[in-house]
Amino acid sequence: MRHSPKKSSRLSSYFGHHLRVALGSLGRLYAQPIATLMTAAVIAIALALPVGLYIALANIGQVSTGWDDSTQISLFLHTNVKQLDAQKLMRRLEKHKDIKKVELIDKEKGLEQFKEISGFGDALKYLDDNPLPIVLVVHPRVLVNQPDRTTRLVKELGKNKLVELAQLDVQWVKRLYTFIEIANRSIWVISSMLAIAVLLIVGNTIRLDIQNRREEIEVSKLIGASDAFIRRPFLYTGFWYGLIGGLLAWLITLLSLMMMEAPIHKLALLYHSDFRLSGLGAGNTLLLILISCTLGLIGSWIAVSRHLKDIEPS
Amino acid sequence: MIHFDNISKRYPGGHDALSQINLRLSKGQMAFLTGHSGAGKSTLLKLIAMIERPTRGQIFLDGVNLNNISNRKIPYIRRNIGIIFQNHHLLYDRPVFDNVAMPLIIQGYRRQEIRKRVRAALNQVGLLSKEKADPITLSGGEQQRVGIARAIVHKPLLLLADEPTGNLDPEVSREIMELFARFNQVGTTVLIASHDLDLIKQMGTPMISLQDGRVTNNGLPFTLDGKL
Repeated sequence: MRHSPKKSSRLSSYFGHHLRVALGSLGRLYAQPIATLMTAAVIAIALALPVGLYIALANIGQVSTGWDDSTQISLFLHTNVKQLDAQKLMRRLEKHKDIKKVELIDKEKGLEQFKEISGFGDALKYLDDNPLPIVLVVHPRVLVNQPDRTTRLVKELGKNKLVELAQLDVQWVKRLYTFIEIANRSIWVISSMLAIAVLLIVGNTIRLDIQNRREEIEVSKLIGASDAFIRRPFLYTGFWYGLIGGLLAWLITLLSLMMMEAPIHKLALLYHSDFRLSGLGAGNTLLLILISCTLGLIGSWIAVSRHLKDIEPS
Repeated sequence: MIHFDNISKRYPGGHDALSQINLRLSKGQMAFLTGHSGAGKSTLLKLIAMIERPTRGQIFLDGVNLNNISNRKIPYIRRNIGIIFQNHHLLYDRPVFDNVAMPLIIQGYRRQEIRKRVRAALNQVGLLSKEKADPITLSGGEQQRVGIARAIVHKPLLLLADEPTGNLDPEVSREIMELFARFNQVGTTVLIASHDLDLIKQMGTPMISLQDGRVTNNGLPFTLDGKL
């Protein structure tokens, strides 16, 4: 039918319209600062929890990378293995991509070390033969996020026919890795649950907003507003909630880190470590805000698609 | 402009609001729709505005069969209609100007164009000086005129009014009706539901009389293209 504005003017006003709707939604939130901040704060806390956990784990990971050197695999070779074969094996292992360094402790050196440590020095004199095997000490490259690789390396080395026993010396490091892995998984579980919580918070807030603006929605429908037009301001509201919540979450995280920094630094000094707490980083901050905005949008979309249909002029 | 072809409307629960209505209203015509409350006046207007759908029969609006219009397309039909309500349906959280501008914003008009057209519409209803006022501060008659300005600002083909003078005193009611007559004179088709028979008679416009959901002659002037 007739009476539509010209196409060109319609197109150019499209972005202007979006901008106005976005600012209009923001203005509505600004008009009720307390209510807005309360909702945003709930979103922020829900987001800050997994973020805090993530940072904690990242820092633990960083601390434990310093323990590379303390992780070693001792390869006890069969007693009948000759020094020459042991050296060949050592050279071969040094080329392995997961191995940083290999040390050879021959029978004599082993005996010396044993004498020093055990205090049975005198008793050993009575043995005709040196009973100790040649030992290869393997220093693996340790990757915190891939604790499996160290375990796999131990298994692989144990299969070598010259090796009688392959032993990962620092069992507790292994346990720590397992713990980190569990914690990493639990972050995902907790994050998913809290993401759902954010969706529900935004959805419920938008639902109330829709109810409060029932009259406006009805009138808009009567004068020919399309569903997209009516939906738009609510979607922008959800987006703003997400953005404000995300920024608040970032702020909460930042403040918490600042509060923790001094005592943690003190603790690190006591351990003669120069460890410094690391924060979220620019990339992850951006990701946090992106996720937060997306959750806000999805939450409002759910509310809008469920409740706008109920409001029809009568 | 409007063509009802054997229209019946039965509400859930079995109440027959309209039965076998046939009527035509040609382009540029003005008519009143009268009858007691419950006679089906509102239902008839709602069918044209697609707030309700008929149970049986076909409605043509400017040659378009409304039965073929999906729910998604309803907004585009409504953009050709201006609707005026007894209770104005103004939004009290924004000034007069913003209320009147709504149909233009919905249709994506540019700012300058909106300003021009809203001023023109307010001027036509004699409220140009009130564009910044809050609707709540206006009298009943003024609020109704804001509602009319909002209904005509996008220059619709058809103006529908449901008891537009229901809450107004006779003097103001007459002014409002004359306003409608003026829009009709510049080519807009106008259909007004009203039970104010005295006023209607003064206007001397054709009248559709409804009783129990049927069109009756009722001894009153009834001419719509000479057809029933």
